[in-house]
Amino acid sequence: MAAAREIKDKIGSIQNTQKITSAMEMVAASKMRKTQDRMREGRPYATRIRAVIGHLANAAPEYRHTFMEEREVKKVGYIVISTDKGLCGGLNVNLFRMLVNDMSEWKSKGINSQFGLVGNKAISFFNSFGGEVSATANNLGEAPSVSDLIGSIKVMIDAYEQGEIDRLYIACNNFESAMTQTPEINQLLPLLADEDEEIKHRWDYLYEPDAKELIEGLIQRYIESQVYQAVVENSACEQAAKMMAMKNATDNAGSLIDDLTLLYNNVRQAAITQEIAEIVGGAAAV
Amino acid sequence: MAMTMHCNIVSAEAEIFSGRVTMLVATGSLGDLGIMPGHAPLLTGLRPGPVRLLLDNGEEEVFFASGGYLEVQPGLTTILADTAIRADDMDEAAALEAKEAAEKAVADQGAEFEFTIATAQLAEATARLRTLDELRKRSR
Repeated sequence: MAAAREIKDKIGSIQNTQKITSAMEMVAASKMRKTQDRMREGRPYATRIRAVIGHLANAAPEYRHTFMEEREVKKVGYIVISTDKGLCGGLNVNLFRMLVNDMSEWKSKGINSQFGLVGNKAISFFNSFGGEVSATANNLGEAPSVSDLIGSIKVMIDAYEQGEIDRLYIACNNFESAMTQTPEINQLLPLLADEDEEIKHRWDYLYEPDAKELIEGLIQRYIESQVYQAVVENSACEQAAKMMAMKNATDNAGSLIDDLTLLYNNVRQAAITQEIAEIVGGAAAV
Repeated sequence: MAMTMHCNIVSAEAEIFSGRVTMLVATGSLGDLGIMPGHAPLLTGLRPGPVRLLLDNGEEEVFFASGGYLEVQPGLTTILADTAIRADDMDEAAALEAKEAAEKAVADQGAEFEFTIATAQLAEATARLRTLDELRKRSR
């Protein structure tokens, strides 16, 4: 009966694991709702300001900000948005894989990269992967605020302004639905012009009061809002991915328990049969 | 039919308004400005104050924006407000209270007094009241 006992213990421990994963699934589901709300609230502002910046990049302003100049690329910068905690399936891994592909493409042209990292997972990934990390932000919690991010954003923007990097990208996960999250790498700097634009001739805004001040303020806000939105979106992705991962884990535990229960019954039945056979054998011998 | 343009008002927290308007009056950093369809492209900062919209069905709507940016494109106007609310949702008592508190703060300056912050608060409270006045004029 030793084997049966062992199997019984195993079933017990898997049942405990299943309880934990199903509790985590439910926690993730309720957190996902909150993070999704936060993401939806921020989306209109982020898309509108992107449109305005697209117009601005198309204009021929009297004041050319360094962020609007396309430079020859010698080095690229990435702001990488990852989660703080694990147990969320392939979310971070998919993002890092895409990032590494993108990087090696630049690398083949002899162009190096520099990173600003958000989230513990990115930090530990780049610790083992190597690479020039110039800023980090982690442990942002459930409700990240812009002020937590400003520091690491500023480092990357300063690097761009001082000509250390000539392109700035943001790598993050895009929330499509609770089922699918896709990694994305988007260009932040230099500003991308709106492509479907009918006004192609030279035009400029009227500025009140002053072009320089306005454009600087607007660009500052643009970058902050894009990074903040990416972080909020990533945290919605994290909860959705975690929910799916935990649901899978719970299902797998269930099927493992089914298999083991079957095995346990077989072993038990075999033991009983053997005992009867022994008794019958013993009786026949007498 | 009157000429209309598209108007979007968004704040960092939500989309406040999106629709067609015949005129928009906002508080720019250099003073009030009225925007009508076909206005030249314009970019300006906003000061705390009311934003008045004349809708294409002749009705008027008033919003409060606590600063931000206004972009005008031919046929499209976008307000990127720091915070914006429908004036109807605003609480007059709270606005008055905020104004009094701000005035008091400006009047008795303590040792660790942030004058700029207090005046900014006062400006915002006054702007909220101005928005409410605007709204009251309309309903009369």
